[in-house]
Amino acid sequence: MKPILDVPAIKADFPIFSQEMRGGKRLVFLDSGATSQKPVQVLDAERNFYSTSNAAVHRGSYLLAERASEAFEGARAKVAEFLGASSDEIVFTKSATESLNLLAVSFERTQSALQVNAGDEIVVSELEHHANLLPWQELAKRTGAVLKWFEMNEDGSLNLSNIDQVITSKCKVVAITHQSNVLGSVPNIAPIINAAHAVGAVFVLDGCQSVPHQPVDVQELGADFLVFSGHKALGPTGIGVLWGHHRFLSEMEPFLYGGSMIETVTMTDSTWAQAPKRFEAGVPNMAQAVGLAAALDYLSGIGLSNIHAWESELTAAALDGLRDISGVKIIGPQGMENRGGVISFTIDGLHPHDIGQVMDQFGVAVRTGHHCAWPLIRKLGLTGTTRASFYLYNDLDDVEIFLESVAAARDYFGKR
Amino acid sequence: MELDSLYQEVILDHYKQPHHKGLPVGDIQVHHVNPNCGDEITLSLSIKDGKVTDLIWDGVGCSISQASASIMSDLVEGKSVESAGIALQEFTELMQSKGLKKGDEDILEDAIALAGVSKFPARVKCALLSWMAFKDAAIQNGADL
Repeated sequence: MKPILDVPAIKADFPIFSQEMRGGKRLVFLDSGATSQKPVQVLDAERNFYSTSNAAVHRGSYLLAERASEAFEGARAKVAEFLGASSDEIVFTKSATESLNLLAVSFERTQSALQVNAGDEIVVSELEHHANLLPWQELAKRTGAVLKWFEMNEDGSLNLSNIDQVITSKCKVVAITHQSNVLGSVPNIAPIINAAHAVGAVFVLDGCQSVPHQPVDVQELGADFLVFSGHKALGPTGIGVLWGHHRFLSEMEPFLYGGSMIETVTMTDSTWAQAPKRFEAGVPNMAQAVGLAAALDYLSGIGLSNIHAWESELTAAALDGLRDISGVKIIGPQGMENRGGVISFTIDGLHPHDIGQVMDQFGVAVRTGHHCAWPLIRKLGLTGTTRASFYLYNDLDDVEIFLESVAAARDYFGKR
Repeated sequence: MELDSLYQEVILDHYKQPHHKGLPVGDIQVHHVNPNCGDEITLSLSIKDGKVTDLIWDGVGCSISQASASIMSDLVEGKSVESAGIALQEFTELMQSKGLKKGDEDILEDAIALAGVSKFPARVKCALLSWMAFKDAAIQNGADL
């Protein structure tokens, strides 16, 4: 049977795979959950922007300024199309982390129903990456609001049995991940979104681990805000996205102040531009936005459904292989149900750092440690895990080498 | 294999049976964390007549961090503060040498086995965690390091 993706052709687009790792090994990159590699199309788009169109956007009346603005706004339109949104709902930030911080700060400043005040409640979950926990933790501390959370079950799902106690009439914001970056588990967000909306709270979805890997349409989701980072979606570093329903974005206070985001300015007071420009102070990361647009074109060309199906196939094969290696324990969901292309595991008696070090000798790049989700790791009674995350440029050979390297890690320390 | 230069036999021995590991005591207990990987160490010691004594530590971490703590404890226990400071300095320089220094075996004793770590930048912090905890605890106990 023909594979879902033509991985050799895909790999050929990524220059990073043409070099050797330690000991002359080829690169088996299984850390796309942390950051993805970049195809030449993205590198060319960035280079091309600097070579042909570089000027500060939205300023100047010369040809290059027009080209730069067109390229930047074209990238915004591309992101909007990718998410099923409209362009004025897309804010470019430097990262998903910044997108979440923007929201947390703006919810403090905005004098409307969105405002978080003392006694209000903010809800997250134990699955969250630090980026979707700390901004809310700090918002609660600054305002006197109360931070609450859904607990995680052993299998990486969320315990929703007490949803009515977690999300109450005092709730203003619910911020939950679309997929755990540590375990790959996919929480059941539909009832959470319904509960949030039933009490008039807004729902923020952390799409860092989903948007690059599966079709995501904000109209279908029903969320109010969505964030993702460009660099996990084949795009450059330094570019993140905030999608917000225009009903909310239009009334929200800015996060950063400075050039570009204003309507009028006097020595004592200023007024703000319309969204999304209101949230984009300073000359933005233009080449990176253009690079992200090229990355989304690349992903769309292959098809997000195909990518998701391929990652599922690889993940299933890796899970099967891991189950056959004695001493290996798969952490979180045990099967393919409600999981994406991420696997966390431990090996009896071995520390993840030591495991990763042996795997590196095979050219296998995995993440080790707490994966910026320390509360989740503590909840599981662990100090860390080893994590493999798959993407469109991985193939079944990668899975084989991965499994070989896991067994070798176990043997390396076991025998001596 | 390159790996064997990192995981020397003596390191794995200390990892499997760490020395001076137990429950730290007293008012001065330092707690150090490697935020990159979550490794932790708690350490206490005394300084009597200018010598390091009663060093005891507890912690979780990879083989490198655990072995390094065990080796460091053996090395500084009973030594004068000055000698311990010289070893600390020598070890820190060795770790930061990116594989270019061999280290002075007369000063470092078993810790010389950790020399290979300096070729793996991601692991240098693992090796240094306990040494920085020792430095902190010694200073808090009035040592001039």
